[in-house]
Amino acid sequence: MEEEDLKLDGNAAAGLFRELFTFELTTARGRCDNCGAVAEVGAVMAYSNAPGVVLRCPQCQNVLMRVAGNGGRYWLDVRGITWLEIHA
Amino acid sequence: MARAAVLGRLALTPVRWQLGDVAGLVEETPRVKTVELDLREWPGHKAGQHVDVRLTAEDGYQAQRSYSIASAPEDERLAITVERLDDGEVSPYLAEELMVGDKLELRGPIGGYFAWDTDEGGPLLLLGGGSGVVPLMSMLRHRAARGSEVPTRLLYSARSLDDVIYREELERLAGDDNLDVLYTLTRSHPPGWTGYARRVDDEMLREVAFREGLAFVCGPTRFVEAVADGLVAVGYGPERVKTERFGPTGG
Repeated sequence: MEEEDLKLDGNAAAGLFRELFTFELTTARGRCDNCGAVAEVGAVMAYSNAPGVVLRCPQCQNVLMRVAGNGGRYWLDVRGITWLEIHA
Repeated sequence: MARAAVLGRLALTPVRWQLGDVAGLVEETPRVKTVELDLREWPGHKAGQHVDVRLTAEDGYQAQRSYSIASAPEDERLAITVERLDDGEVSPYLAEELMVGDKLELRGPIGGYFAWDTDEGGPLLLLGGGSGVVPLMSMLRHRAARGSEVPTRLLYSARSLDDVIYREELERLAGDDNLDVLYTLTRSHPPGWTGYARRVDDEMLREVAFREGLAFVCGPTRFVEAVADGLVAVGYGPERVKTERFGPTGG
């Protein structure tokens, strides 16, 4: 299996996000803190072959977000995102 | 406006695990089965959304996978369509062992990015590779249930005609003047086949492309990458292309 096969869309993290947020995060738009590209969370690159999910910028590969957890306890790292525009 | 209202409503509903009753099983192809479920609690979905399915072994080990919803929001039962992957942890159980009357644990609807509603209009270009046709079928069923006249084109890449899922229903749906159903058969095709018989390429995309509206692309990662890049090459702006990739852990 090649690395390319492991790539998913941010949409793949939708279930995990729904455990944490009351709004739909995959239709929120976010800005990459590294290159400034703006994309819907559902459209960015996602890798789930790790504990949790890593979201990366489709333009510059910067790590946008890391989220892990199951049930009672979660870790959320959002340092790669400047802002999120959420449609509540 | 309508879209925001729908998503807003869905977003306020907690997504809980629940046990659904398996009410029907349909063998679509030798490798693909549709599971129809009766659910006690279902807030409704948008065509293109998925559910998470969770299996629990006797020792407590759990495996969870996402499956696209195949049924229209208007349908009475929720349906998912599962391709059996030989080395999969979940799909062999769903495709081979699950029986009518069994319970299946799931939660949903999940996602909102890869979703379409007739109110969003078109024209609508749908590109599916293999079982990537499943969420696109939900969109086509939704479109038909609403009597929508949105110009729509489905380009469905399958290995052979026998691997085409929902073939009879697609032929029926294609009787609609505003819907084109096109196949490309990548491995083998019957004698006298007049449809496409190669992997999706830019020339094919140029032939099916609309000048406006969205394109939804779903399939294995490599299919989606090639088609999404091709669409941009034939004039689709990236904001018009929505993708959903199947990963290697899709089984």
